[in-house]
Amino acid sequence: MFSELWKRFLRNRMAVAGGAIVLFLFAVSLLAPWLSPHDPLAIDLKKILAPPSIEHWCGTDQLGRDVLSRMIWGAGISLKVGFVATGIAVIIGALLGALAGYYGGWWDAVIMRFVDMMLCFPTFFLILAVIAFLDPSIWNIMIIIGATGWMGITRLVRADFMSLKERDFVMAARVLGAGDARIIFRHILPNAMTSILVAATLGVAGAILTESALSFLGIGVQPPTPSWGNILTAGKDNIDIAWWLSLYPGLAILITVLGYNLLGEGIRDALDPRLRGGR
Amino acid sequence: MLSYILKRIGFMVPMLVGITIICFAVMHLAPGSPTDLQTQMNPRASAELKERLRAMYDLDKPLHVQYGLWVQRLLVMDLGKSFATDRRPVADKIMERLPITIILNILSMLLILAVAIPLGVLSAVHQDSWFDRAVSVFVFVGFAIPTFWLALLLMIFFGVDLGWLPISGIRSLNHEYLAPGAAFWDLVKHLILPVGISAFGGLAGLSRYMRANMLEVIRQDYIMTARAKGLSEFQVVYNHALRNALLPVITILGLSIPGLIGGSVIFETIFAIPGMGQLFYMSVMARDYPTIMGILFIGAILTLMGNLIADVAYAVADPRIRTA
Repeated sequence: MFSELWKRFLRNRMAVAGGAIVLFLFAVSLLAPWLSPHDPLAIDLKKILAPPSIEHWCGTDQLGRDVLSRMIWGAGISLKVGFVATGIAVIIGALLGALAGYYGGWWDAVIMRFVDMMLCFPTFFLILAVIAFLDPSIWNIMIIIGATGWMGITRLVRADFMSLKERDFVMAARVLGAGDARIIFRHILPNAMTSILVAATLGVAGAILTESALSFLGIGVQPPTPSWGNILTAGKDNIDIAWWLSLYPGLAILITVLGYNLLGEGIRDALDPRLRGGR
Repeated sequence: MLSYILKRIGFMVPMLVGITIICFAVMHLAPGSPTDLQTQMNPRASAELKERLRAMYDLDKPLHVQYGLWVQRLLVMDLGKSFATDRRPVADKIMERLPITIILNILSMLLILAVAIPLGVLSAVHQDSWFDRAVSVFVFVGFAIPTFWLALLLMIFFGVDLGWLPISGIRSLNHEYLAPGAAFWDLVKHLILPVGISAFGGLAGLSRYMRANMLEVIRQDYIMTARAKGLSEFQVVYNHALRNALLPVITILGLSIPGLIGGSVIFETIFAIPGMGQLFYMSVMARDYPTIMGILFIGAILTLMGNLIADVAYAVADPRIRTA
């Protein structure tokens, strides 16, 4: 079963490319201290806004810091935000979805109405409103992105639970005397894991995009901590003189998000070839 | 039809209550009440400011009383007074900016429809052709591209390098002295980049959805019937299949409203457009709580109304929904 999936995944060239991008980014963020040619925080006022050169491949920013080094360190920040935020969303979403789908009735009605209400808010508005009350620290950003991004996963897990709970193996477990908690976590949840995995992979991409937009607006990751989004802020401030500040970090975001999207869709296609092309 | 609309409006009431509860929770669940935060985070927060917050949200009363009073004021559209130096009523500040945001969003929605539907239909009709592949590459890039970055690049290219398009505001400084035609052209030039870019984000999703829809419809029996009775391929595709494939688009448009409104914060900030999104951003930066809460609430109401319009439009277009 698994080797069959693996083969199907490997046959999908786009998915493999996505996986390679994701692995590459992991490597870059782990090896950042050795890979980055300069100190990402080292200010050099003699080299303010220097265009790309042999010494500074991607140029320098408004404080003379090396943009490439800041981008390399920023990769780790993006990854961290993407994974923690998605982790939070998956935990909330899977739990609520499981409760709604397994118990049905009032649980289902209350949880799903709550989902509908949350979906009424433009997510970006909700995130900004909460940030206005809290400090825009990196941890708060992760928590807020996660806490406002679980609704899709809830719907997905609920649907899975509703169909899985009627299956024979669940009946068998119940006959053997398994309690609700055991049935939910040991029997049904593992079977819903595949769709959660796909949603989570796509979710990481979304969280990285959101973080970069927040940081770009100055309410995400705060300088001097490097993030792709806050380098772009400098790009906007120097839009008429320093194109390199705008070009490279955005390209990094684009490639990263593309990588996660391709990987997520590749996993989905490998799991269920019939779903190919739908979203 | 009328009973369907009334039923849908009836469904909105509990949603509306839920929205107010979530807004209220955002205001209060943040660690420390608004008054505490003000004094903790802002050393300049005066006793006077603290008092204003306390009076405004009735913070000295029990929670359910606070909520009741707050909802009472919402019902008469009293969103409080802004904490900004102008101290104007929040409702006025929002209302004077709301039309710009709504018009921009409608324009970009129209642009999304005008581009995404043909793209989706053509790539479904010519499945696996080079055109289909090009569209799917475009869709993948469209999903992944940070639109604010695209905005920056296009600003650099069209605004700075070529100097063809203005990159901020919705009017030139001298617009009052322009002839009506020139003034209109001036407005159009200012809107090309913001509308085009905010539409770009929605293009990918809708064209992909349209393609999947069309592929499904084309396999239906009635399409085979249409072919069997000898209709031309053009008639089969554009008269029989397209009509049914278009229906669900109404729902998708309804669902895309929160994303568009949320995105207006980014576009209006980048392009310095005086709409509700820009006001929201400025209020967040200035911690102008009454304005923040007001816009959060209005944003949810807009979404709710958009969904209602979408549902009613669907019912108008598809009789099966009405009677179900």
